[in-house]
Amino acid sequence: MKPLSSMPGSPVLNSRTTGNAWARQGSHLPDLDGSSARAGLIARLELGFRRLLGWHKTFAHGVYPVEHKELTAAKPIRRLPFPAELIIPLQQHKGAPSIPIVQVGQEVMRGELIAVADGFGSVPIHAPATGVIRAIGLAPTAEGPKAPAIFLKVYPAATQEVQAGPARDPERMGPEEIIQAVQESGLVGLGGAAFPSHVKLRPQTGRSLHTLLVNGCECEPYLTCDHRIMLEQTASLIRGIRLALKATGAKCAIIGVEDNKLDAIIRLRAHLGRKPDLPIRVLAVQAKYPQGAEKMLIKALLGLEVPEGGIPADLGIAVFNVGTLAQMGELIPKAQGLIERVITLSGPAIKNPGNFLVPLGTPVRFLLEQAGLQGELGEVILGGPMMGMAVASLDVPITKGVSGVIALHPEDPALAARPVYPCIHCGECVRACPVFLNPSLLGELARARQYQAMAEHHHLDQCFECGCCAFVCPSNIPLTQYFRIAKSINRDAERRRQAKRSH
Amino acid sequence: MANRGIAIRTSPHLKRVLTVDQIMRGVILALLPIAAWSVWQFGLSVLLLLLTTTGVAALTEWALARAAGQGNTLQNGSVIITGLLLGLTLPPGFPLWMAAVAACIGVALGKWLFGGLGYNVMNPALVGRAFVQAAFPKAIATWSPPFAPGRFTEPIPSTLTPPFMQPIPIADWIKGLELDAWTGATPLAVQRFQHLETPVWDLFAGTVAGSAGETSALLILICGLWLAWQRMLDWRIPASVMAGAVFIALPFWLIDPGLYPSPAFVLCSGGLMLGAWFMASDMVASPVTPAGVVIYGLFIGVLTVLIRLFGGLVEGVMYAILIANALSPWVSDWTQPRVYGSKGRGRADGQPSD
Repeated sequence: MKPLSSMPGSPVLNSRTTGNAWARQGSHLPDLDGSSARAGLIARLELGFRRLLGWHKTFAHGVYPVEHKELTAAKPIRRLPFPAELIIPLQQHKGAPSIPIVQVGQEVMRGELIAVADGFGSVPIHAPATGVIRAIGLAPTAEGPKAPAIFLKVYPAATQEVQAGPARDPERMGPEEIIQAVQESGLVGLGGAAFPSHVKLRPQTGRSLHTLLVNGCECEPYLTCDHRIMLEQTASLIRGIRLALKATGAKCAIIGVEDNKLDAIIRLRAHLGRKPDLPIRVLAVQAKYPQGAEKMLIKALLGLEVPEGGIPADLGIAVFNVGTLAQMGELIPKAQGLIERVITLSGPAIKNPGNFLVPLGTPVRFLLEQAGLQGELGEVILGGPMMGMAVASLDVPITKGVSGVIALHPEDPALAARPVYPCIHCGECVRACPVFLNPSLLGELARARQYQAMAEHHHLDQCFECGCCAFVCPSNIPLTQYFRIAKSINRDAERRRQAKRSH
Repeated sequence: MANRGIAIRTSPHLKRVLTVDQIMRGVILALLPIAAWSVWQFGLSVLLLLLTTTGVAALTEWALARAAGQGNTLQNGSVIITGLLLGLTLPPGFPLWMAAVAACIGVALGKWLFGGLGYNVMNPALVGRAFVQAAFPKAIATWSPPFAPGRFTEPIPSTLTPPFMQPIPIADWIKGLELDAWTGATPLAVQRFQHLETPVWDLFAGTVAGSAGETSALLILICGLWLAWQRMLDWRIPASVMAGAVFIALPFWLIDPGLYPSPAFVLCSGGLMLGAWFMASDMVASPVTPAGVVIYGLFIGVLTVLIRLFGGLVEGVMYAILIANALSPWVSDWTQPRVYGSKGRGRADGQPSD
């Protein structure tokens, strides 16, 4: 049986139980008859062949870390129980923090608004569970400094029904209505950037969008949540794409999927094959890190480059993660807020890795307890291992932008003790940098504290800290960290200059 | 669940495991078969020569690294490569005391004057060799025959020349060996002055006279390819050196095959193979950009052949590589690709380029 929510145009019911419709939505194609199965096989063989020959589109440079995706790629998304307490930071997105509208001691229902947006660039926050506000105070974050958060004590006996507005027919919503609904849902980029989605849907005046890129690359090792979303939430994803197309006025959408997820490509194409009038295409791109970076995906799929200092909207392009659009397709018809997300819980130190649907605010500690640990815990990373952040405390919660929790064993002492050698000019980083910088030279400038020169003459600000240079460096030079520090120092210097000027 | 011991590192949290130590060990490993063939070919003298150059190079490195406050840098293995390579580029009967001078000068002036590993402008082994080429022109042009009988029991007489003395003449020793075809010259010199080409197969297999480690093109090729397969050597460099050499040698050979050497002879004779695979490919002194290494390689190949054909020297690999080494920072700079999304390149000239 097809889940109700996957039928566009039909009156959509709010799933008012914890057993969400997603849980019932299997990963198998329910309606493949013999002929389309044969067509599927041929399509699969063709994709595999093209992959083998490296015919799929890609960008130049990049690296090939070991993927480790086999740990969780075949595991369907499962729901985890609620923890006793949720920690809901007021800043889970890029932009001004949300403003809490609840008091300590107040009882809230799952899905109820608990914090409102502070201006257009901000988003509201909804209660991820039914419970009572225990406190509003400082909580640890992955970034380091403690930040204001709402502490929500979950009622264990509550039904956990989701409070939502009246159901809406997405077909009858206008662009402005959709953009407003997206902001009201609190949706942000779920791929990791956490940039408010509604802001991207409405480009600045004078610009118009013509192409929507849907990012299903998931190039980070270990992570498989987007892969599972493409397989299991196909209908929501397509609905989300249609909403985004309508809101932006873009003419077409391209779903870019790395060719290590051929089943997802086939699934999406099979789904779209039933609606041939939709301007949505699915293209395979080479499995290579950092293919999922916005700039790299634009280069690979369209052959265009985002101008230095610019954004994709300058080219008339908007890029959304598949998880974001799947949530958009799920939440907008229901008039519901973003209260949970799919994460991949994986890594060598996790006993039962998998893809889980978790309420926002779930502490990392609870997730590790649920999945179990094996061996000694060395490092816990939020996001992927190439760009993710290591947490200092296991009380850090899952926020809207966290796509995975990766637990690693302690580093091999022999490797940990290896020295940092001088640069031997092997050129590996130059051949790895996806934006064609010269990390070797930038690294030497960083050591000489020539931070201004790095930015002014060597395009430091084009570096998006993908980590390729440090990944390949045989001298073990922490290049990415050097560049992060250099940028931060330059930002401080710029701030000081501006402060002086304003006096 | 214990919270202690949880590490906080910065991303990326994964690293490809190919370290400087491993690269250096790989190069040493690739040089060992070449050194072994050399010892088999020329005997005890080459063994002593290699031990001397490696030992003195290591000793110099140890002392200078300590003086520079860098601690013990021997374990990274780069100096062992310098020592081995230097030994392999010297004539088999080269006096040991001169070899020691070459090793010491190479490591001191070629490497530590600039700050040690990673900072040298030129290949230290070649700096050492260039110094002794200038200082001891006669000794470095004295060749001894391969496969001399009794080569494992007694060294070539000139090897054991007392320090600061002229090398012991080896003419009498060679006469005593009663070899038929020994002219005292390398295939390169024979070609240059008598326009007689040694059969390429002999050059390829390495049964001819020459510097200790440069004789067998085949062996160098195999070891170099293995190194490239291990990603410890940029294959573009040797490939473009060889391409450059063939490119310049071919027209001359086509014009007058009697006077000019064939491209195959050019590739397999002298130090071209050893230079292309193990010296030009020195990471520190070669450009970093993919386009840059090709230009650099072609330049070495072309210059080597031009020196051989028209210069005052019989062999030109050493100077070609040293000159290319000196140019490589500029080549890196010129060939820096355009940065994504910008009009300018990530250049090193300090000028905003857009």
